[in-house]
Amino acid sequence: MIQFFFRRFLHIFPAFIGVTLLTFSLIHLIPGDAVELRAGERGIDPARHAAMKAEMGLDKPLYVQYFRYIGNVLKGDLGKSFVTKKPVMEEFLTLFPATLELSFCAMIFAVVIGVPAGIIAGVKRGTVFDHTVMGASLTGYSMPIFWWGLLMILFFSVHLGWTPVSGRISALFWIDVDTGFMLIDAFRSNEPGAFKSALSHLILPAIVLGTIPLAVFARMTRSSMLEVLKEDYVRTAKAKGLSPTRVIMVHALRNAMIPVITVIGLQTGVLLAGAILTETIFAWPGVGKWILESINRRDYPSIQGGILIIATLIIFVNLGVDLLYGIINPRIRYTS
Amino acid sequence: MKWRKILSVASVAVIFCMIAVSAQAKTFVYCSEGSPEGFTPALYTSGTTFDASSRQLFDKLAMFERGTTKIIPGLATSWDVSPDGTVYTFHLRKGVDFHTTSFFTPTRQFNADDVIFSFMRQYDKNHPYHKISGGSYEYFSGMSMPDLIKSIEKKDDYTVVFTLNKPESPFIANMAMDFASIHSAEYADKMLKAGTPDDFDQKPVGTGPFVFVSYQKDSTIRYVAFDKYWKGRAKIDKLVFSITPDASVRYAKLKAGEAHLMPYPNPADLAAMKKDASINLMEQEGLNVGYLAFNVTKPEFQKKEVRQALSMAINKQAIIDAVFQDSGKIAKNPIPPTIWSYNDKVKDYAYDVAGAKKLLADAGYPNGFETDIWAMPVQRPYNPNARRMAEIIQEDWSKVGVKAKIISYEWGEYLKRSMNGEHSTVLLGWTGDNGDPDNFLAVLLGCDAVGASNRAQWCYKPFDDLLMKAKQVSDINERTKLYEEAQVIFKEQAPWVTIAHSIVYKPMAKSVVDFKIDPFGGHVFFGVDLK
Repeated sequence: MIQFFFRRFLHIFPAFIGVTLLTFSLIHLIPGDAVELRAGERGIDPARHAAMKAEMGLDKPLYVQYFRYIGNVLKGDLGKSFVTKKPVMEEFLTLFPATLELSFCAMIFAVVIGVPAGIIAGVKRGTVFDHTVMGASLTGYSMPIFWWGLLMILFFSVHLGWTPVSGRISALFWIDVDTGFMLIDAFRSNEPGAFKSALSHLILPAIVLGTIPLAVFARMTRSSMLEVLKEDYVRTAKAKGLSPTRVIMVHALRNAMIPVITVIGLQTGVLLAGAILTETIFAWPGVGKWILESINRRDYPSIQGGILIIATLIIFVNLGVDLLYGIINPRIRYTS
Repeated sequence: MKWRKILSVASVAVIFCMIAVSAQAKTFVYCSEGSPEGFTPALYTSGTTFDASSRQLFDKLAMFERGTTKIIPGLATSWDVSPDGTVYTFHLRKGVDFHTTSFFTPTRQFNADDVIFSFMRQYDKNHPYHKISGGSYEYFSGMSMPDLIKSIEKKDDYTVVFTLNKPESPFIANMAMDFASIHSAEYADKMLKAGTPDDFDQKPVGTGPFVFVSYQKDSTIRYVAFDKYWKGRAKIDKLVFSITPDASVRYAKLKAGEAHLMPYPNPADLAAMKKDASINLMEQEGLNVGYLAFNVTKPEFQKKEVRQALSMAINKQAIIDAVFQDSGKIAKNPIPPTIWSYNDKVKDYAYDVAGAKKLLADAGYPNGFETDIWAMPVQRPYNPNARRMAEIIQEDWSKVGVKAKIISYEWGEYLKRSMNGEHSTVLLGWTGDNGDPDNFLAVLLGCDAVGASNRAQWCYKPFDDLLMKAKQVSDINERTKLYEEAQVIFKEQAPWVTIAHSIVYKPMAKSVVDFKIDPFGGHVFFGVDLK
């Protein structure tokens, strides 16, 4: 198992180099000059322009900029934002808890509903339930997030008044942010109603963000279950007279979960990086929205730093998934 | 007897409830469109940052009267200008307190040291704070302050003298701009000694109507009313900026009662907002102008008759209807009507295809010519859809035989290339900084601005002489006459087609009382109340 872990761990380095190189090249390929964008219609004189580029380190050839960047990253320095002039790591850490909180809740929503729905649809193949789940998941998967989010806001928040429109907590609660996780901070604040307010603010964004993963999990679990249910060992288990619940939950599900776990791992990465639209609609102060704004402002250190941290996290999540395979299915760790 | 007891208990309860309600803090929620870059206005240029900083937390020596471009005394009670227009002596207000916050308790009141600190930080490259937080003072440089100011001196605790290298009448208006916000020198010293000067720009201390409490990036900014504000305490007790980038969501928040006021509504939502009984929709012309500039260095645009002809060939009303919908008004002058010296007597070129054809033929282009129209890739208040606008102009010009190709670049590239004069005609615009006509006319059409923000590359001596003269005169009536004359010359020479001034809409809850639209596009909450 330790050997397996190290083998997987070594795969991280080429991925890491690839991410830094790709991010660096791509953002420098986008046309646009960070200094000119800041000056806007007002314009900037050439001497000041050159001085500002030098201050930002953009006057050097690209390869020098890249190696300097990598050197700083290895020292743990992701640079300072061109816009706010604050360290990128500090900005990221301020915003990341919000993304993590939202992604975690969206993931719970997707797994808790998607996996059981997929299992039941698989077991009851061809029934009305199966068709409903598959139809609904296809709809959920194809739904444009922006439209879906606005629709939810208009119906649940504006029309019914059940949930707040956006933000993380009502403007009436002035609680201190310690951990950055609003649910925890609100709970610790002891202000009556604060936790309820934070929770109610989380419901719609978590549902919207969790919709696509939910659809993916339901479909994946169903097809995986269908395959496993055809296997000899399931037939054997049934022939042995085991109860249907035991056959499904112990014999079939454990094997059916391998591809599902892969997808859950991949979707975790997608959620961390891809919450941009949900964060924008719900004014959720997370890293997705921050990276998007940084791209618009050509804030290179923030884009590079933000993507690097997220990519590193995704690499680690995938490493975790790989290791989990090894635990669930010992054959994988021996053959690889 | 029992009933009487119940009644008396109930009435006491009702009275308590009423007291509680009346004593409840008035919290005003402003649904802002984005996060501030920081809290020191001099370091940044965006209106979003100014809304969160200078407009709530700081005062300036001179200030704009709320809702107007009129200059009134601020932290300076008065100022004297030397006869040659180069020495400005500011007499400072006494008894002004700085904010007391969780991170700073002032030991003295505002005085000349604070003014010296606030300007020297930007002016003096060796100032200990000059390089802090990136140290780029784009507005200070953009308004030519480093070249204009010769010295800034403290005469006594309540008198500061600015000496200029040349007379500059808009200087007072510049002193009311956001970059001229006055900071606490005592607080700056304290942070420098503590080794945390960067915090100075993130945890602001000013003399303004609201005190900064906290900021959660991309989420909320919190303020409380400053009890000792020199103009009197704000009517609202707490002010919250709820940062919401999407306009539709801002509207939903307003409808759901989660916010009191939102900026920048979607033009598509305006019709619904006008009908919405729970919303007040205020409107005013913006302090901006959208224009099409002819590059007068190109052979075909050197003759004013060609420029006049192409101005006549454009159906501006069609542009207003198609591009601005309800949110624009035809522009005839290069300055908006909300600025003093706007010359309403100027007559715009009427849409006249036959007349335009004749003028073109007289100018030697009976069959027209080929040219280009540059269309901005971004949405701006003065031009919500440049591509569409360019298409309409292209169509209009084709009727007089001028074939135009539409060209667009990435925004930064667009600005740079148009500054260099690579275009034949370019769509652009301007939003005013200080309400002074010089800020439009000299910045966009002066000879000094050729190769920079003068996109027409137009340098016309009779026009420029008027601007130069107006800079040297401090009497506003005399300046008004000069600028009015300049506008007549501008129209006759037609270096631009003035297209539109945007109309600014502010949707707000019915409970909002006495909000005034800031002509500079800002949001000022001092003076606003909730009923």
